Amino acid sequence: MRKPPLSYPLGLTILSMLLLFLMTGSIINGAYHIDFFRTINFISIQPDALDEISRNVLFNIRLPRVLLGILTGSALGVSGAVMQALFRNPLAEPGLVGLSAGASLGAVLAIVMTSSGLLMISISAFICSIATTYTCYLLGRFSNSNSSMVLAGIAINAIVFSIVGLITLNANDAQLRDLTFWNMGSLSAANWQILSLLFPVVMLGIIFLLTRWRLLNAMLLGEREAQHLGFALKSLRRQLILFVALAVAPLVAVTGGIGFVGLVMPHLIRMWLGADHRWVLPASALAGASAITLADWLARVLIAPAELPIGILTSLVGGPFFIWLLIRGHTR
Amino acid sequence: MSHDFVRSEITAQGLSVFHSESRVVNEVSFDLEIGQVHGVLGANAAGKTSLLNALSGDCTNVMGSLFLGTQCLRAMSVLDLARCRAVLPQHAGLTFDLGVKEVIQMGAYPFPEASPAQVEYWVSEALADADLSHLQHSGYAELSGGEQQRVQFARVLVQARAIAHFKGYAWILLDEPTSSLDPRHQHMLMKKIKSMTKSGSYGVIVVLHDLNLAARWCDRLLLMKSGQLIANNIPVLALSASNLFSCFEIHMHVIPHPLCSQQLLVLVNDE
Repeated sequence: MRKPPLSYPLGLTILSMLLLFLMTGSIINGAYHIDFFRTINFISIQPDALDEISRNVLFNIRLPRVLLGILTGSALGVSGAVMQALFRNPLAEPGLVGLSAGASLGAVLAIVMTSSGLLMISISAFICSIATTYTCYLLGRFSNSNSSMVLAGIAINAIVFSIVGLITLNANDAQLRDLTFWNMGSLSAANWQILSLLFPVVMLGIIFLLTRWRLLNAMLLGEREAQHLGFALKSLRRQLILFVALAVAPLVAVTGGIGFVGLVMPHLIRMWLGADHRWVLPASALAGASAITLADWLARVLIAPAELPIGILTSLVGGPFFIWLLIRGHTR
Repeated sequence: MSHDFVRSEITAQGLSVFHSESRVVNEVSFDLEIGQVHGVLGANAAGKTSLLNALSGDCTNVMGSLFLGTQCLRAMSVLDLARCRAVLPQHAGLTFDLGVKEVIQMGAYPFPEASPAQVEYWVSEALADADLSHLQHSGYAELSGGEQQRVQFARVLVQARAIAHFKGYAWILLDEPTSSLDPRHQHMLMKKIKSMTKSGSYGVIVVLHDLNLAARWCDRLLLMKSGQLIANNIPVLALSASNLFSCFEIHMHVIPHPLCSQQLLVLVNDE
């Protein structure tokens, strides 16, 4: 008899507490250490419990960075779970429909062609990732199935990455360095201004996706069966892709390439809690947020005062972990 | 609740279904009534599944008129259809493993207005009807093929009950629902749909291969051959030796059941 080891609400509670713990750790610990009890005092009663520098580090550096990490992790986790159900494929992730490839293209264009700063890179990456995703969607529309969209995604990814390569050939050394670091991903761009721009858009995407758990469960039965249950897949598929793009594209544009979180977290959650999307979606969001928070914490402290790109950490840990998942799945 | 009994029949006039240029169902006309089990019989590739697909609204490549009550079935939205009829497909896998109850609960998805207690009641009824009560905490993937088919049937029952609750009547479309079931569960399933139609709120269209099962449980039989309807009648009249020969190209005897005279027995004579 299969019983999930944990009930769904308990799983969500544990994940929330884990995230809270990692958040706290990540906020107080780093190149500049902030005392935990003083921070608690500062928040609760004593406005002067923290000195000027601590307050500055806390409010202007750590807090926005942790929040950006949580936003990124939740969006990647939810989107990964949505894409895997939508394409009925455990290997699906937002990159499948050209989101990441498009963002790379946008970043390369901005860095190499215009040598511009982070804001332009982000805007350009966002526009290009929406454009490539929409192209995949248009190409996939020729036949009324998911597989054609995946195939279109593979082709578009290949084409876009070769264009990225072509443009990279023209880059100078400084631009190449910028490009490499953008591709490796980082949360260091976080500040309140960027957060206030990202937050409404990304939250809109995440919340919409969280409400579509019935559709995603029905998709597990198959496309025809989902239609029999009243889901007009043609338009709903478009909606899901649109909101995945809305949640992920602006973040990828700011943080660069953070791999494997969207792919691995939903797997872990399904193994741990079961596959009912009512719970898989919020749990994947919490797990993704925890993973990014932890990875960014490590990225900051492992070689302090220098900093590792977070994308390297997530892929370095996520890749082998994923292989382990695959082997385990086969031997069982 | 609108009890639209008069206008609940499915009417087809000159209905054709196309499958990549070729006509797999050729200008068939019929009336199907709520309160009856309609069996669809025919050889492989006779057009049974295509006909069922047209009736369930899956096929877009359809000509002729097809009405559900006074509504043109082809013009109905996917959601409207899901709130009129439940469909059991031939094969149904599951991409990721869900629990048996989670699969069955999906039958209520077209009716978000149904209360959780109501859904829970329908699910427990369906679990009992499909003989799954002992498996309700299992995972779908660990079940046998026949058990999985019963889970899908239970899901269809939940949808049908929800439809009947909100609309007054429901259509149930089943494509070879007994293909992986053992004899006991085959009869259990047919008996269940028969008793549901008796209540007057359900109409069933079921594609079958087992002629004796059809003879025993169906109220009317539609015999198909090469996309055409060669009989649409009560079993005693539809299952004539000549009809069966033109349908299946094999000689069969139809005799009264030796123990219950009301029933028929179809025997193959392959000499």
